Amino acid sequence: MEWFDNFWAVYSNLVLTIGINALLALSIWLTLSCGLLAMANAAFMGIGAYTASLLTMNAGASFPVALLGGIAAPVAAALIIGAPTLRLSGVYLAMATLGFGEVVRVMILNADTWTGGALGLNGIPQLTQWWHVVAALVLVLLLLWRLRRSRIGRAFEAIKEDQIAASLMGIGVMAHKMLAFALGAGIAGLAGALNAHLTFFIGPSEFGFDRGVDILTMAILGGTGGLSGPVLGAAIITLLPELLRSFKDFRLMLNGAILVLIVLFLPKGIWDPMRLRQWFGRAGVR
Amino acid sequence: MLELARVSKRFGGLSVLQDVSFTVPEGKVFGLIGPNGAGKTTVFNLITGLIAPSGGTIRFKGQDLPGRQPHRITRLGLARTFQNIRIFKEMTLIENVIVGMHAHLGYGVPGWLLSLPGFRQQERKARERAHELLSWVGLDRKAGDIADNLSYGEQRKLELARALATEPKLLLLDEPVAGMNSGEKVELMAGITQITQRGYTIFMIEHDMRFVMGLCERIAVLNFGRIIAEGTPDQIKSDPAVIEAYLGREDDEVTV
Repeated sequence: MEWFDNFWAVYSNLVLTIGINALLALSIWLTLSCGLLAMANAAFMGIGAYTASLLTMNAGASFPVALLGGIAAPVAAALIIGAPTLRLSGVYLAMATLGFGEVVRVMILNADTWTGGALGLNGIPQLTQWWHVVAALVLVLLLLWRLRRSRIGRAFEAIKEDQIAASLMGIGVMAHKMLAFALGAGIAGLAGALNAHLTFFIGPSEFGFDRGVDILTMAILGGTGGLSGPVLGAAIITLLPELLRSFKDFRLMLNGAILVLIVLFLPKGIWDPMRLRQWFGRAGVR
Repeated sequence: MLELARVSKRFGGLSVLQDVSFTVPEGKVFGLIGPNGAGKTTVFNLITGLIAPSGGTIRFKGQDLPGRQPHRITRLGLARTFQNIRIFKEMTLIENVIVGMHAHLGYGVPGWLLSLPGFRQQERKARERAHELLSWVGLDRKAGDIADNLSYGEQRKLELARALATEPKLLLLDEPVAGMNSGEKVELMAGITQITQRGYTIFMIEHDMRFVMGLCERIAVLNFGRIIAEGTPDQIKSDPAVIEAYLGREDDEVTV
């Protein structure tokens, strides 16, 4: 077990970051599965991170309470902004939710008596254990797996394909969109709360546009057809820069090139069972 | 069963429907015919709540429909198909049909989350019912196929089965045989006759005269947004206003 201890001492942070990124990718997968291109997940992550951190640092709350707060606050925010924005579709929804993300970032910057403004929050107690991340990921995967197999998951898929036809099947389109949006916000908030208690420090710039695009990339790259895709995408996006470390200055270029190649040759994401069967199944038959 | 009284619809300055009134009697097949652009699909869109009327009342089983959201209207027992087919193309046939049962699956969050017996039983029943509905339209053996792979006529039949899955009292069919060949038409005619025998009321829009005259017990004719005639197929066939709307008036040529 000595090798494992060594491995863990060096890489524990990286492994746990994969888990947290997987949660984020799943949070946006949920809205995508309902046909919504909502880009507010970075902001929801930020709301969760700040809420949970302030709860442990200033209110002296226990870690479970802080996590619950980190889930509840972004869900409440999602319910408030969802009512006007979820009527929009396609890029208009993306624009509106990106705008919301900027509002959140600027509010965090300006509420500096609480949030520390641009300096961020320092000295967050390191309460996140490895098994917290694993448990959160397993629970979220279980929840989403069961959801997909229920009438709610079918309703999401129907809304994604044709929302007018879905409404005429007796599906309350707005209520289901709101559910996907709020649940996604809760998962992103949970990821933010866990991450904040892992890294000591959070600052407003972590939850901006870049993070939003990263989250979307993880889900799209991995594939949005099932639950494995976002998890795989999160692992790749997190690991790729580390694996390419030896290329030094060319690292970011190679990173980008690999992503472009994957998107070109696997437009539905890496986890695309149909295409994998097509490639390997046919080779097996011959 | 369904009652429209003095319904009108204007899009800006354009008046699409004016004072449209008719009643769809329970247990019958009712047809709405009329030339292209007469406003027939608009009538369906008003009934199903996709657009709001500018005036008049629409009542279904004594309840006012305008102002209700489409999914609420569906849950009252009113289902429709579309002229330009709107099936869920990336789902399998059976999934398409089960989506239609959404409002009839009554299990709660613990049910699906923990896969409780109540959840499993309802899902199994839904699947059995979906197979039954698919067999009504003759698509049962393709239940596991992706809907996008179906032929045009089969997609129309799937849409019919999916509409039936909402357990409607009244079924609105928007040009059910458009784009079908004559063999498929005869087959669908038999299918629709069977469906009415099972106690459904049908209200259809159709261009195909032989199909309409063969199936409908009562017919209303819409032209330029107004009802110009209503009656039995024989009455409609001999109505001078209808003949004029479809074939034109002889002195039209003189005035040109």
